[in-house]
Amino acid sequence: MTTIAARSALPDTRSRRDEMQDRGFSYVLAITAFLVLIALAGAALSMLWGGRTVLAQEGWGFFFSSDWNPVENHYGALVPIYGTLVTAIIAMIIAVPVSFGIALYLTEVAPPWLRRPVGTAIELLAGIPSIIYGMWGLFVLVPMMTEHVTPWLNDHIGTLPIIGPLFQGPPLGIGMLTAGLVLSIMVIPFISAVMRDVFLTVPSRLKESAYALGSTRWEVVWDVVLPYTRSAVVGGVFLGLGRALGETMAVAYVIGNTVRFSVSLLEPGTTIAALIANDFAEATDTYRSALLLLGFVLFIVTFVVLAAARLMLMQMARREGTT
Amino acid sequence: MSASSVSTVTTSSITVADKLYRRRAFSNRVALVFSYLTAAFGLFFLAWILWTTISKGIGGINIALFTQSTPPPLAEGGLANAFFGSAVMCAVAILIGTPLGIAAGTWLAEYAGARKIGTVIRFVNDILLSAPSIVLGLFVYTLVVAQMGGGFSAIAGAIALAFIVLPVVVRTTDEMLRLVPAQMREAALSLGVPQWKVIVQILYRGASAGIVTGILLALARISGETAPLLFTSFGNQYFSFDLTRAMASVPVVMNQYTASPYESWQTLAWAGALVLTAFVLLLSLAARAILLRNKTSTE
Repeated sequence: MTTIAARSALPDTRSRRDEMQDRGFSYVLAITAFLVLIALAGAALSMLWGGRTVLAQEGWGFFFSSDWNPVENHYGALVPIYGTLVTAIIAMIIAVPVSFGIALYLTEVAPPWLRRPVGTAIELLAGIPSIIYGMWGLFVLVPMMTEHVTPWLNDHIGTLPIIGPLFQGPPLGIGMLTAGLVLSIMVIPFISAVMRDVFLTVPSRLKESAYALGSTRWEVVWDVVLPYTRSAVVGGVFLGLGRALGETMAVAYVIGNTVRFSVSLLEPGTTIAALIANDFAEATDTYRSALLLLGFVLFIVTFVVLAAARLMLMQMARREGTT
Repeated sequence: MSASSVSTVTTSSITVADKLYRRRAFSNRVALVFSYLTAAFGLFFLAWILWTTISKGIGGINIALFTQSTPPPLAEGGLANAFFGSAVMCAVAILIGTPLGIAAGTWLAEYAGARKIGTVIRFVNDILLSAPSIVLGLFVYTLVVAQMGGGFSAIAGAIALAFIVLPVVVRTTDEMLRLVPAQMREAALSLGVPQWKVIVQILYRGASAGIVTGILLALARISGETAPLLFTSFGNQYFSFDLTRAMASVPVVMNQYTASPYESWQTLAWAGALVLTAFVLLLSLAARAILLRNKTSTE
């Protein structure tokens, strides 16, 4: 009786122990996975909580007033919000066509042996720390803008109707146009990498059919590859936009950090991220609260843009999976 | 003479089809030239930025850079305390972020299955991956610095960096584990091995190269991060071994010195920039090489 019980108890305790350990293991892993969710939610809520003082003081006017005056304790965030959007738009206007061209080069045009080294080199651009972009921008690009680009823009584009006022300004070199330019170089590797990767997923039978019908390379890319990958391409662009909106150091170096509204892209301005980076460490009380609320705004904007990007990339991936 | 007369004959006799063909050939050529130019554009800026860093930074590279601490204005010195601070904070960030990231990635790959919550966590992780780092800095400020009475500390900086490491490691672990063939799991499970042992002793071995790559890429990313450190670890002119106090780091020192009017400080900033860029680029090339070798050896 006892021997039988002892015998059966041995494997029994072992399997029970295994089961316990397995369950414990999976619980620990699940907790860490939820930590990712908590991190994102915590980030958002902590900034909103920190910004409650200024939200109570300014109300909705915080988002629509351009009066940013820490001395008189008034905070309207329109100028940094405007600067963030404008620099990101300038960056996208330059980066999207260039990234498309690079992806086209890397998938259809370049000889195969050159594709990997060139692709790696472009991706290395993404690895350079953003502060290096800022220093390069300040010491190399800004003098160049002052001496050559700004005078030329003033003389040639600044005189045009409608868009003219955007390109009229003193030859300071720093400003929203310079910031947008630096941002565009920073996001090109991200957008072109996504575009290249999705271009490579296009079934070669589709491309070969088009070539067999006599299409040129451009027609294959424009009429076959691009429609097939449209949602993922837009997703890649949004991914780059998310980066451009939140980029901090590179912009802080070249934008001038002036909280003053101006139409001209050649005038200094500021972005949300640059303003926080410059002022947060010294800010106190309400000012600190205003910067935290700005951080929350930045977070929400980038969250929406990045979520849209991921959804569009997932849509492409899902179709890939089913076909 | 004769050539031009031939050409006038042909232009007068071209048909609609010819015109169409020429237009297509022309737009094709424009597109190809455009693609060459854009690739050259990207490479040009890479070369330009690297050249600026090298030419301005090479003059400041000497022994003192690695042995002396950051100097007061107008004095000579080095970045030894900043290098040390960066190394400490990056190491702590990796020590915090990697185990959590590997665990979370394992849960996603092995336990979440097709459950909705797995998709949601992957989605959120991808957003965290590209979230602005300054936002994470603000988060850690309210989470750690404000709770500790407003004092800047190295541990706060390390936690901010850990939030950048976490999503990178989660993503690579998840992807690499899903690449391990299902037969491996089935074979081990059919021998009666408990699942946690299957994961720890078999799957991690198969996915190790990929996970190491992820950690290296994360390290490359955080070693150049400036924004989240500005108001977490702040800066320190002296050598500090205390994690609960402000600590110097290479990017923050560079940020402070670039904006200064002192030439000795600017030289140090560019020397730091050169060391940092070289380190980051070598690290990402190494990560790529590991991944590439692993890919070719398994195929």
